[in-house]
Amino acid sequence: MALPEKLVDEFNALVKNYPAGKEGKRSGLIPALHRCQEELGGWVTPEIMEDLAAFFDLEPAEVYGVASFYPMFRLTPPGKHVIKVCHNISCDLVGARDVLAKAKELTGAEVHGTSPDGKFTLEVVECQGCCSTAPMIDLDNTFHENLTLDELERLIGECQ
Amino acid sequence: MSGFETYLMSRMAREDSHTLEGYKAQGGYATLERVLKDMQPSEVTEIVKASGLRGRGGAGFPTGLKWTFMPDASKDPRDRYLAINGDESEPGTCKDRVILDEDPHGLIEGVLMACYAMGCAASYIYIRGEYRHQYRRTEAAIAEARAAGLIGKNILGSGFDCEIYMHMGAGAYICGEETGMMESLEGKRGHPRPKPPFPAGFGLWGQPTTVNNVETIFNVPFIVERGAEWHRSMGTEKSPGNILVGISGNVKRPGVYEAPLGISAKTLLESPDFAGGLHDGRKLKAWFTGGSSTGMVPGSTIDTPMDHDGMQSIGAMLGTAAMIMIDDSQCVVRAMEVVARFYDHESCGQCSQCREGTQWLHQIFRRIEQGKGLPQDVDMLTAIASGMAPGKTICALSDAAAIPANQMVKHFRAELEEHIQSGGCRINHTGNFARGASAPTEVHA
Repeated sequence: MALPEKLVDEFNALVKNYPAGKEGKRSGLIPALHRCQEELGGWVTPEIMEDLAAFFDLEPAEVYGVASFYPMFRLTPPGKHVIKVCHNISCDLVGARDVLAKAKELTGAEVHGTSPDGKFTLEVVECQGCCSTAPMIDLDNTFHENLTLDELERLIGECQ
Repeated sequence: MSGFETYLMSRMAREDSHTLEGYKAQGGYATLERVLKDMQPSEVTEIVKASGLRGRGGAGFPTGLKWTFMPDASKDPRDRYLAINGDESEPGTCKDRVILDEDPHGLIEGVLMACYAMGCAASYIYIRGEYRHQYRRTEAAIAEARAAGLIGKNILGSGFDCEIYMHMGAGAYICGEETGMMESLEGKRGHPRPKPPFPAGFGLWGQPTTVNNVETIFNVPFIVERGAEWHRSMGTEKSPGNILVGISGNVKRPGVYEAPLGISAKTLLESPDFAGGLHDGRKLKAWFTGGSSTGMVPGSTIDTPMDHDGMQSIGAMLGTAAMIMIDDSQCVVRAMEVVARFYDHESCGQCSQCREGTQWLHQIFRRIEQGKGLPQDVDMLTAIASGMAPGKTICALSDAAAIPANQMVKHFRAELEEHIQSGGCRINHTGNFARGASAPTEVHA
């Protein structure tokens, strides 16, 4: 598989933000990984890593080394919806454990697992910067803050 | 809020505060125009230096002084950069996002002034990957400013060229460390670099670079507009100006508030203008003074000035002024376990002290909380922490993990020993939503 033309055009524009030369060019790698994950099925496949390596003049292992370092890059396919529950201290103090328990119950997914019907991937994440609007979840890349259990139930219901 | 002047959040009440129109209607970019027309770059640096502004990213380093570390352009003609740290991932910290969301042009104006002062032809704003909304807001503001001739070549006809680019992180706490952030910006793993060489000599792509926090640079246009004396008239002598304080945890009105440095933390907790106090019937058991890395101190220390010296006087740090309030329905051992888990998760793995130490601290706090602690565990925590810090590793993450562990043993040894002796925790850790005036639920371990 080759990268879609649309993304190649985007990445050619992206690398102009950085200094010329190989070292400058590779600076576009993390934004490019984000775009691939967004556009190409929600995870970074080995093929995508090879394509990105070719684009950025790197070895596939270097791309893998970067992709595997950052928690936001997914190296296995997710369910249809991804729920991330912050379990850091500010959220923990105001109900994150209850949010997580309820999310498990409602989705049928285990933490860092996908529900048997493939609909939900459930994850715990570290501080998302929503400390004074805690507790929170990130559902499909959107924050839901000042969350209540009723609101969680409604949000998950909408995905069903 | 009464009794002091506010400015940092003064423009944010307007619905369109994030747009160029809203910003200009409130006087935005007028100071930049004056700077580019009438001031020498060194004059800008001098004002910032004289203002006493200290970095808002956690370390509190004097901003103007940091700028002077950049090499003399007449002797060192290399390209130079300003990198803005918007990684904001210290637990409890949620203040830069307010700026990125509500007043991104204020940041952009600050970036342009700082680039002018230091002779940087480009700036990179690094924003944590989770802040999608904030990223889009700031990206849109940059596009507006570029279209208006405020970014790019020959800004406002002054002959000054400056580019501003956005760059998105991908969820690693270590990229809030300035050299880790630079590695990440270069498309690599966020492994901090040994210092020296410092970023001013060898930064992004090996070029001279200054790294400043979002809130720090956001302060610059206010200071340049109103002067160093004005800035020094607020806050304290050694920590002048106002700061954005994030308050979270078991309080009535968690939020991000503007307050002068040196205000009592008790006022921030109790005043109806700020957090409005704890829930009825609760007492303050403990609090993190400025993010989880600053460690937990007992609730009895709350009447202390929120500034660098005040926090030092209680053995803590101002950090990012992110106060996390823990009431007496909570278990401090459990809170510590959560914090230790975080550092275990976030260690980049380069230095063995940190990679191994964070893991051991987490495991020991966890087993104590679960009632499986051993009598020798408390002393073991101290021994492990002393092997991790101070200054034993490439970056300060190891210190950031060791400090809360040491604080825990120092201030809450009795709780740790009680957990070990009685085989667990008395407090039910679920049901925090309902933790208003109700008594903590007693459970048997």
